[in-house]
Amino acid sequence: MGERRSVELGLATPGLDAAGRPARVPLGLAGDAVAEPELRSDHMLVNIGPQHPATHGVLRLVVELDGEVVVRVIPHIGYLHSGFEKLGEYRHYNQIIPLTDRTDYLAAPSNNVCLAMAVEKLMGIQITPRCTVLRVIACELSRIMSHLVWAGTTAIDIGAFTVFLWMWQEREKVYNLLEDWSGARLTTALTRVGGMMADVPDGWTDRTRAWLGMFPKVLDEVDVMLTRNNIWLGRTQDIGVISAADAVDYSLSGPMLRASGVPYDVRKDRPYLGYETYDFEVPVGEHGDVYDRYLVRMEEMRQSVRILEQAIDRLPDGPVNVADPHVILPPKHRTMSEMEAMIYHFKQVMDGVPAPEGEAYLGIENPKGELGYYFVSDGTAKPARWRIRPPSFINLAALPKMAEGHLLSDLIAINASVDIVMGEIDR
Amino acid sequence: MSGAAPNPSVASLRAQFGTAVGRSLVSCGDTIVYVARERSHDVLRWLQESPAERYDYLTDLTAVEYRDRERPIEVVYQLWSLGRRSFLRVKVELAKSRRLEVQSVSDLWRAADWLEREVYDMFGVHFAGHPDLRRILMWETYAEGHPLRKDFPLRGRFSRAEQTRQAMAADPESNYSLEELSIAQAYRSLPADMVERLERHGRRKVE
Repeated sequence: MGERRSVELGLATPGLDAAGRPARVPLGLAGDAVAEPELRSDHMLVNIGPQHPATHGVLRLVVELDGEVVVRVIPHIGYLHSGFEKLGEYRHYNQIIPLTDRTDYLAAPSNNVCLAMAVEKLMGIQITPRCTVLRVIACELSRIMSHLVWAGTTAIDIGAFTVFLWMWQEREKVYNLLEDWSGARLTTALTRVGGMMADVPDGWTDRTRAWLGMFPKVLDEVDVMLTRNNIWLGRTQDIGVISAADAVDYSLSGPMLRASGVPYDVRKDRPYLGYETYDFEVPVGEHGDVYDRYLVRMEEMRQSVRILEQAIDRLPDGPVNVADPHVILPPKHRTMSEMEAMIYHFKQVMDGVPAPEGEAYLGIENPKGELGYYFVSDGTAKPARWRIRPPSFINLAALPKMAEGHLLSDLIAINASVDIVMGEIDR
Repeated sequence: MSGAAPNPSVASLRAQFGTAVGRSLVSCGDTIVYVARERSHDVLRWLQESPAERYDYLTDLTAVEYRDRERPIEVVYQLWSLGRRSFLRVKVELAKSRRLEVQSVSDLWRAADWLEREVYDMFGVHFAGHPDLRRILMWETYAEGHPLRKDFPLRGRFSRAEQTRQAMAADPESNYSLEELSIAQAYRSLPADMVERLERHGRRKVE
C-alpha cells in the first residue's frame, strides 16, 4: 500500500471572504477579482454503512478516495456478532441446528445439512438412502435460493430493478416449497443428526418438479435482460478482477474462486451425499471479474436444476431417519404409549447424544463457497469447540484487493459480487 | 476412530523436520499432526512449497481450547492441496503458562490475515509478524477479554447495565480506527476534545 497519503481536513469553507460572507464575483471580471478557491485536500475519507442498502447487511466500509477512485478500502465487521460458536459449546448437537439457520440465513437448509453431516462424521453414523437424496434436494434448493438473492441484489445495486423483482418472485416459490416441507420459510432447521426433521409431504415432489419446469425460463429471461446488455457489460466486465493465484492465496471458495478459473468444487473434489453419482457440470470462469461471477452463478442455478431433477427421479422409498433410538427421537405416539420409547426420549432430551472423543471437519459446497463445520468433542454431549469455516468472511477479506483502483460506484458492484451474508461473517 | 491410514505427508514431514514434528493421529478419517511451536512457520512453508506436498489452499485457521484447563490451547491449520486433493490438519500447541504466541503465516497465505485476527480476537493468541493484528469481530476498545476462552462467561464479564453504559458513552468519532485517522493525517487537525476522547479510549496516533 505504500506510504501514507495526506489529506488536510481544512475547516475553512472556500469561497468566503475574510468576514465570512460569500465572496462575490463581479460580472465580467471573474478570474481577476476572485482567485479560484484552493482545494487543499486531495484524498477523501468516506464512510459507507453500516446501515446502507448496498452493503448487503451491516457491513461498514471506510473508503479512501482520490477523486472518484478508490485508493484504499477498510472493511469493518462484527456488528452482527452473536457468538454462535460460543453458544454452540453450551448446547447439545441437535440444539445447534437452529443456530446454523441464522448464520447464512439465505441458505439455511444447506447449513443444517452441513451441521448434521459433520456431527454424523464425528459420531460415525451412516444415514439412510432416502435421507441422502433429501439432503441433496435441500442443498440444491438452498443454492438456487441464495443465488436468486445474489442476482437480485446485485442487479439492483447496478441499476436493474426488474431482475430484482423476478428473482424475488422465484425465491418466494422456493420458500413455499420449504414451508410445505419444514413449516418455516427462512430458518428451516431441516435436519437432525441421523436424519431429517421431517419427510417431504405428499405431492411435494410433483410441486417441485412443476416449479423446476418453469424456473429455467425465468433464468432465460434474465439472460436476455443482462447477459448481452451493454450497460451491464460496462458495469461488470474487467471490474474487480482477481487472478487465479490471488484467489487461491486469499482462500476464496465457491463461485468467487471458480470465476477466477480455479475448478475447485467440494461436490466434485471431496464428494459427499453421493454427488459423484449425479450428472452435472461445474461452471468455471476465466477473467475473475464481476461478469464472470455473474455467469458462473447463473449457470450454477441451471446445474442445480439438473441435480434436483435427477434427485427427485431417484428419490428412494424407505425410512428417512436411522433406526437408532439413541440418536433419533422415537415417534411421538410411541413415546406417549411405551415405556422404553419414553426413556429413550427422556435420555436424549435431558442428556443429549454424546459424541466419542475426537474431532471432525466437514466442508460442503455452500452457495457462498466452502462451508465447513469443525467439531472437537471431549466425549460429552456438547462440543468442546464448534468452529464455522465461514465462506463469506474469507471471501470478503479479498474485497480491498479487488476494489482498490476502481471507481467508487464499482466498489458497490464488486462488493455485491462477493455475495456476502453478514450473519455468517459476524457469526 | 483409528484404523484409517494416516496421510503420507506425515512421514515426509518427520523425515524433513525430525523432532519438530510431534505425535500424529487419525480422527474421523482426517490426519492430525502436531508441530513444535518454534518450527511451525517452517513446516507450513515447506508443506505449501514442497513439490511433493503442495498444500496450497489454507482452508481454515482457528484455535481450540479444551474444557480440561491443563490442556494447552491448540492453533489449528486446515490444509488442502488443490492439485493432489489431499487434506491435512496441522496443530500447534501453546502452553497456557507462557505468552500465547505463534509465528504468523499471513506471509504464506493472505487468507491468514483475517483468520489470525479472529483467533487473536477470540482467544488472545498473538501472531508474531502479522502486519495488522487487531480485533476484528469485537470492537477495538473491547475490554472484556477474549470471548471464546473457556474462562470467559457465556453472558460476558460486564453486566448488561455496564455494557449499555459503555455503548451509550462511546463517541461516534472513535469508531474510526487509528489507521484510518492516520491515513487522513487528520489527527493533527482534529479538535482538541476529540483527541482527548480518543486517547481516553486508548487510541493514539500511529506513525
